[in-house]
Amino acid sequence: MEGLISLAVKAVFVENLALSFFLGMCTFIAVSKKISTALGLGISVMVVQAITVPTNNLLLTYLLKPGALAWAGFPDVDLTFLGLISYIGVIAAMVQILEMVLDKYFPPLYNALGIFLPLITVNCAILGGSLFMVERDYNFAEAATYGLSSGFGWALAITAMAGVREKLKYSDIPDGLQGLGITFITAGLMAMAFMSFSGVKL
Amino acid sequence: MSQTKKELLVDPLVDNNPITLQVLGICSALAVTSSLQVAFVMALAVTFVTAFASMFISILRNQIPGSIRIIVQMVIIASLVILVDQILKAYAFQISKTLSVFVGLIITNCIVMGRAEAFAMKNPPMASFIDGVGNGLGYGLILLLVGFIRELFGSGSLFGVTILQTVNNGGWYVPNGLLLLPPSAFFVIGLLIWAFRTWKPKQVEEREYKIQQVEAH
Repeated sequence: MEGLISLAVKAVFVENLALSFFLGMCTFIAVSKKISTALGLGISVMVVQAITVPTNNLLLTYLLKPGALAWAGFPDVDLTFLGLISYIGVIAAMVQILEMVLDKYFPPLYNALGIFLPLITVNCAILGGSLFMVERDYNFAEAATYGLSSGFGWALAITAMAGVREKLKYSDIPDGLQGLGITFITAGLMAMAFMSFSGVKL
Repeated sequence: MSQTKKELLVDPLVDNNPITLQVLGICSALAVTSSLQVAFVMALAVTFVTAFASMFISILRNQIPGSIRIIVQMVIIASLVILVDQILKAYAFQISKTLSVFVGLIITNCIVMGRAEAFAMKNPPMASFIDGVGNGLGYGLILLLVGFIRELFGSGSLFGVTILQTVNNGGWYVPNGLLLLPPSAFFVIGLLIWAFRTWKPKQVEEREYKIQQVEAH
């Protein structure tokens, strides 16, 4: 249990997907204009991440790993080369389901997220989360914890960014730097701040 | 579509650049630009995948049911990425080793998916192919610019060939270590965007709040 808590804290602060690994940057930059939209997207990323990482973990353990198909009578089969395409398949299916649910039950949120909802599929943070799960050889409980907490870390980062940008729009910025340019510089400064967490050992 | 083929190819280079204007494909732009050679191979790979993914999706666009289009698109893109990965492993093993993670992440590069959704689903195959090439090149252009700046000033070399002799090797140039760290990519891209928009004032974003001069009493 203690191990899981330390894993969660690590995934939120020390190894923040957005600010230490630079994953999911496209949506991070594009949808961080308003706190409410950023929060909505952050929560959907967290939900998708919390579902897909454990699902992909099960997929890996029971279908793809060398020897994983022993239960079906094929102990010598190694399907790991199909990893990328199966993870992305799971992710795409989950996003599509989320899109349908939002469209039906929460139309305002669906309208606000607009084109970026399909882009959650190509949010590197989601695929990155699953790939880290594979690389670090998490078991099911660890995968579930990691999925939820890394999604939370991403949501935290994008909400903080939106907070900064809401204040920033009152400032007198040079014309060419207005909008996207200053956002990049702000993200760079936030990233440098988060680099200081990388020295923390738990 | 009223755009000519040449416009489709040239437009994404500066006027409608995927990174500086459409805000797509930034993750890998940050990650692979610390050396120019890696950035170059990455740009080629992304151009290839974007062009062919757009073409195949455009060929199939009338057969793909709307509700499962994302999965169909992902399968096409993922297959192309696996192809690129295998080709790199076979003919450029050393580079594929340095790139390994990032080749997989082309699947999640928003440019590929963004062009498929925004352009290939509505346009004929040839136009989509050219649009894909153009966007891949626009992405590559920024990647190479950022890679050039970061490698030249971060480690004093270009394509691994020493240009500025660093102090450690008995030269005069003190390399700027910050440029090898990821946050510097944010600053370099931010400043590039500033330069682009000063050159093309049309791209400047509208202010949400105007600052008014108030006369002092």
